[in-house]
Amino acid sequence: MIITAAPKREVGSSILLSGNEAVAQGAVEAGVLVAVGYPGTPSTEILESIADRTDIDVRWSPNEKVALDVALGASLGGVRSMATMKHVGLNVAADTFMTTAYTGVGAGLVIVVADDPGMHSSQNEQDTRAYARMGCVPLLEPTNSAEAKAYTALAFEISEQFDTPVLVRTTTRTSHNRGLVELAPRVEHSTIGFTPDPTKYVMIPGHARRRRPVVLERLAQMSQYAEESSLTEEFGTGTDFGVVTSGISHHYVREVIPDARILKLGMSYPLPIERIREFAASVDRLFVVEELDPYVENDLLAAGIAVEGKSLFPQAGELNPDIVRAGFAKAGIVEEGLTIVPAPTTVTRPPLMCPGCPHTPPYLALKRLGAVVTGDIGCYTLAALEPLSSMDTCVAMGSSIGMAIGMAASGGADGPVVATIGDSTFLHGGIAGLADAVYAQANITVLILDNGTTAMTGGQEHPGTGVTLQGTPATPVDLLGMCKAVGVRDIRVVDPYDLAATYGALEDAISHAGPSVVITNRPCVEAPMKVRDTPFKVIADACTACQACMTPGCPSIVWSDELFEGRRKVVIDEVTCTGCTLCVQLCPPHAIVLVTNEEETANV
Amino acid sequence: MSEGSQGLLLAGVGGQGVILASMIVADALMRAGHDVKQSEVHGMAQRGGSVFSHIRWGERVDSPLVPLGSAEVLAAFEWAEAVRWVEYVRDGGAVVADVRTIVPPGACNDHRSWLRRYPGIDGELFDSRHLKTRLIDATATAEELGNVRAANSVILGTVAAFIDIDNKHWEAAIAHLVPKGTEEINLAAFRIGRDVAEARVPQTAPDPEGFSGPHQIEINHVWCKGCDICSRVCPEYCLAVDVDGKLTIIDAEACTGCKLCEALCPDFAIEISAPREPAVVGNQAAADGSTL
Repeated sequence: MIITAAPKREVGSSILLSGNEAVAQGAVEAGVLVAVGYPGTPSTEILESIADRTDIDVRWSPNEKVALDVALGASLGGVRSMATMKHVGLNVAADTFMTTAYTGVGAGLVIVVADDPGMHSSQNEQDTRAYARMGCVPLLEPTNSAEAKAYTALAFEISEQFDTPVLVRTTTRTSHNRGLVELAPRVEHSTIGFTPDPTKYVMIPGHARRRRPVVLERLAQMSQYAEESSLTEEFGTGTDFGVVTSGISHHYVREVIPDARILKLGMSYPLPIERIREFAASVDRLFVVEELDPYVENDLLAAGIAVEGKSLFPQAGELNPDIVRAGFAKAGIVEEGLTIVPAPTTVTRPPLMCPGCPHTPPYLALKRLGAVVTGDIGCYTLAALEPLSSMDTCVAMGSSIGMAIGMAASGGADGPVVATIGDSTFLHGGIAGLADAVYAQANITVLILDNGTTAMTGGQEHPGTGVTLQGTPATPVDLLGMCKAVGVRDIRVVDPYDLAATYGALEDAISHAGPSVVITNRPCVEAPMKVRDTPFKVIADACTACQACMTPGCPSIVWSDELFEGRRKVVIDEVTCTGCTLCVQLCPPHAIVLVTNEEETANV
Repeated sequence: MSEGSQGLLLAGVGGQGVILASMIVADALMRAGHDVKQSEVHGMAQRGGSVFSHIRWGERVDSPLVPLGSAEVLAAFEWAEAVRWVEYVRDGGAVVADVRTIVPPGACNDHRSWLRRYPGIDGELFDSRHLKTRLIDATATAEELGNVRAANSVILGTVAAFIDIDNKHWEAAIAHLVPKGTEEINLAAFRIGRDVAEARVPQTAPDPEGFSGPHQIEINHVWCKGCDICSRVCPEYCLAVDVDGKLTIIDAEACTGCKLCEALCPDFAIEISAPREPAVVGNQAAADGSTL
């Protein structure tokens, strides 16, 4: 789901756009014809914001590698194309990515990668700039929405000028920040067609060896481009000190020292090293303020330019004006910030599985079964937290199954080994793992939590949903048939809202020797449509305050002010209860009953 | 501070509409001719977690994030979130907070002292900072108007009193961004919000007695046949049937005396009795924070 201002996009007007919407707008204006990606916070809304355009082919791929393959194929086929993903998505696409500099492009190819410093919604905070260097691919870093649009459009030009894919790197603070953007008309770029050239596009060793020097020569040309480009901008006055910035940290520096002398890098690979050397020579002290790794700093040091960076500004986590101020205060450039009175103690509010989430009951069962659970990436990863506390590992998309095979092989697990993976994640990176489970005859159970959507990122379509991003019907992938085809002999499909059946199915699957699969088949309660059934309520007089209903951690159930033998009774929030019946099945004194029609009507 | 830019923070719980409300504020400020930046984080936060949005405006805005201790206004759609984000408000700034509470289940997991880890509602909590605190019951006000979902507009109305832009920009932004068909009710809610009465702070219930030590679990192994019912129902995970089919107590300390196992045992093989020494009476957890 995308929340958008749905502004009338009139050419010449300025509107508030998020960085993601601005990236999409830049691609639209540059005449992109194919835009592909896999959802991942904070990149997801780029494609969603242009899904309604009939003149652009906008699609979700099952994973980022396929997305980049599609975009590269489209580029070679002669149309401007774009691939979007989050930072860890580029790991998945890296195999293709690392050779794209060798093949070059047909029409412009732009790869938008959104980093997540601070790990608001990610498993690590790797710095995409390292990929630019490793892949010999230029990288642009917008600092705000206006630049997100402008740089994306420019990236297509650079791509075609130098025959290279171009990375555009955003971060959470540029992706999810709205700012004013002036709109321009779309410039159509019809297909230039595919020109077969096996020495360029067939990367056998003999061809690749001939392309390698081309890649390096191009890099030198792009360094020259960076030196002369208006992407490198100077701000402020003074000779006491200067600051090299890129991305959002530029604005933090200007916030703290509004008139600071700044050299802002719009292109942070390759670096305009001579421009920076000149800038450094014009100031007494040189700082670099960059989020995450000391990437620019190390390059400057290697080039013999004295600079201060990570000794003042942390490498871990996201920067903000307060942290940047503290760094400059340590350097003696500015005063310390205000002393802040700390906020009073309050309750922690971690993210939770929604009321009625079909992922909850299987984890309740796995906890009772004492399973060692290798988990995966999705909403269900929250099962690792209290009160379910029933997930032992979560590393990368699709890792659960391979890790379960290894865990079982190790013999070190104190309990049955169960891999849990969502439908979208299974299609993204789990299929090969399942094939290996069969191949290895691993004694594991794979629990596929099929809720019919990519829930964690807000409910995106995928090859199993039967609908495309642009709303056209598609043939859904048959998960059950796929498991059979891979060679799994023990497969069960179960309704997760039936706790006893779910427990039984898992218990039986675990007792099966060799690989087994359990598929749960309830849709997500939030997407593609909200599932709301008649809510339940607690009969206070019947409640014995046993807390059995609270073991799933449903957000709709909290303590009431009434006590039973000194313990707190519970109460259900009828507004948020979806009527999934899980608590009813857990309540020994049968104190949870349907809200009657009359009561429901009275509440509306 | 970049050329006098100002800041505002909106905070609430996933699903409350914080993002839409912040887009309305940003749109209103843009209409009033300001440079505006609005920054949020979503993703994990949507799942009932804490959601916040920073808005900055002025002639030229650099950081989209509000520096600590500099916001003009904190608009909190939920009480605990007001407490959480108050550090961002400048001394003498304003806090507009809904008195409705959304207690997370994690605040209800202390099965010993039975104290909710939720901050008590107290407008004087921020007095040392000289904050202008407005406690309102936006939900009740919106309900009176006929649509609970207009509660956010009530809060925005109260917030508007602390931001110096013309009313027409607010109303234009609301009409532009709220779902079609709800413009009138949201505008009405906004107007009421401008001079809504302070809410009465809900009365807090007395805390229970608290934990008096774990109950005693006695298993009659002669009668127990290892059917596993008790261990499956135990909310505190005290019991387990081992590989030999023998019932064992794996966490005696965790027993809260709910007696579910005793009641459901088909063989009358479990007996739960009160703590041997009704010792130190609970409320020790009160030390780790205020309670409701």
